[in-house]
Amino acid sequence: MSSKTIYQEVILDHNRKPRNYGSLDQPSHHAIGHNPLCGDRIDLGLDMTNNQINQIAFHGESCAICKASASMMTTAVKGKSPEEAEVLIQEFRNMVMGTLNLSDHHHLGRLAVFEGVRDLPTRVKCAILPWHTLHAALHSVSSISTEANEEVSQTSAISV
Amino acid sequence: MRAADIIFQADNVSATFIHQFRADFPILNLKIGDKPLVYLDNAASSQMPQFVIDRLVRYQTTQHANIHRAVHYLSEIATHEYEMARQKLQHFINAGEAREVIFTSGTTDAINLVMHGYGRKFIQKGNEIILTHLEHHANIVPWQMLAEEKGAIIRVVPINDAGELLVEEYEKLFNENTRFVALSHVSNALGTINPIKEMIAFAHQRGVPVLIDGAQAAVHLAIDVQALDCDFYVFSAHKLCGPTGIGILYGKAHQLEAMQPFKGGGDMISSVTFEKTTYNEIPYKFEAGTPPIAAAIGFGAAIDYLSNIGLDSIARYEHELLTYATERISMIPGVKIIGNSSSKVAVISFTMEGIHPHDVGTLLNQEGIAVRTGHHCAQPIMQRFNIPATSRASFAFYNTKDEADALIEGIQTVKKVFLS
Repeated sequence: MSSKTIYQEVILDHNRKPRNYGSLDQPSHHAIGHNPLCGDRIDLGLDMTNNQINQIAFHGESCAICKASASMMTTAVKGKSPEEAEVLIQEFRNMVMGTLNLSDHHHLGRLAVFEGVRDLPTRVKCAILPWHTLHAALHSVSSISTEANEEVSQTSAISV
Repeated sequence: MRAADIIFQADNVSATFIHQFRADFPILNLKIGDKPLVYLDNAASSQMPQFVIDRLVRYQTTQHANIHRAVHYLSEIATHEYEMARQKLQHFINAGEAREVIFTSGTTDAINLVMHGYGRKFIQKGNEIILTHLEHHANIVPWQMLAEEKGAIIRVVPINDAGELLVEEYEKLFNENTRFVALSHVSNALGTINPIKEMIAFAHQRGVPVLIDGAQAAVHLAIDVQALDCDFYVFSAHKLCGPTGIGILYGKAHQLEAMQPFKGGGDMISSVTFEKTTYNEIPYKFEAGTPPIAAAIGFGAAIDYLSNIGLDSIARYEHELLTYATERISMIPGVKIIGNSSSKVAVISFTMEGIHPHDVGTLLNQEGIAVRTGHHCAQPIMQRFNIPATSRASFAFYNTKDEADALIEGIQTVKKVFLS
């Protein structure tokens, strides 16, 4: 897949009509992801009951790749356990970093549409931000940044 | 003669003008995928003509040795060429003396030199430093570091909706505590040309020295530091068709002499014992260690190249290009140009309704068009206009109207992808 095809209809569609867009009244887990380099900001909340992500919602300002990634992520992890979500986070991360071979066994499904991002090194952070934010939310880290030394960063585990 | 007639005549001149010089830049023949490169990121870094590339190769193949040290042939010739480059820079900006030109690693380094050399020596607790809302981070952060260290205060000149400095507000910021002014000649994010001459004069009436960040100006406008009467003027070679890693600090001799050194080391001393070191004269006091000699000589060659074309011709042609592109881009529905001063260099910063600049940049890249997207290291400007980022097309004298047309077509393609 070449960079020519990253703006495919499914990504443009999720950008135009993001799913699970908004915020939850009282999320059990919450995190804000921020990429200060481009101003992308994702506010993500989720409700976990019985070890399952029952509700999830996001909002924020971002580019199309980031927003579509967030939208598709929320549909993918809804109903999943945190462990299953972590597997997706890892697989998505490996895919856009170019270390996952999609012909091997994986759980990404339609998320494979983001494979082309690996040919756009400057845009990898855009695609990955929602996933880092989800990881932070699952670990109850309240605010993450793609820049490790950014003020809002409260974790050293996140670096993209 | 009506204005339209003048433009019509200038049009014919410019076609030849461009043809002649564009061919000097081998990189402009590149293709990005199957599309010809349209390089419109000149405000970030300009491209290098063969003339400068050849000069670097000639230096490295026949003239290289360390400078200001040995008595052998190569050291003498390298020293001579390095000092010739300094003189070229001196004449380029009409400095009174060559020793007022300090080689630095670039604009950022030069501003930091003044912050350490002048600021740390002369700025005290409670003193005020005036900056503007249009500054690049390089002309904000060093002064904030100084203010934090000294307990000094930063005051900021506001801008209007067109992206122009409010000069009356600037004048109101002065008081008995004002000790320094640092402002850009041209805004990197918006292209606004600031009225620096009158601003310098105003500061001088109150005995306040002024540093001008000329990073975005020196390739577009003829600079005369004596006419401007600025205390310091700084810019980088790589935005003037020269190499990266080299730039200059121009400073008035008496200011440079009063300053403390920034970096200690070889070449910046006249004698060293463990009890006492005596510093060298300017400019060497500020050039510790072996400088990027090849880059300095390449910088000199770039100055020769630009001077041969003539900064006035460059400014005239680029203004024509700016007017042409601005008229057409501003007619595209949903596209907004940020920075509408009537006094601008050929920089067009724009936003597209409902489309993030990074998506604009990636899609334009697919058309072979290189623009900068982001906050342009000028986050306060983005905050002022309440936007996260812009796309910025910045033109050089080697760009053509066809390339402006390619940009406009590219913007239409972006719209089609997103809004269809």
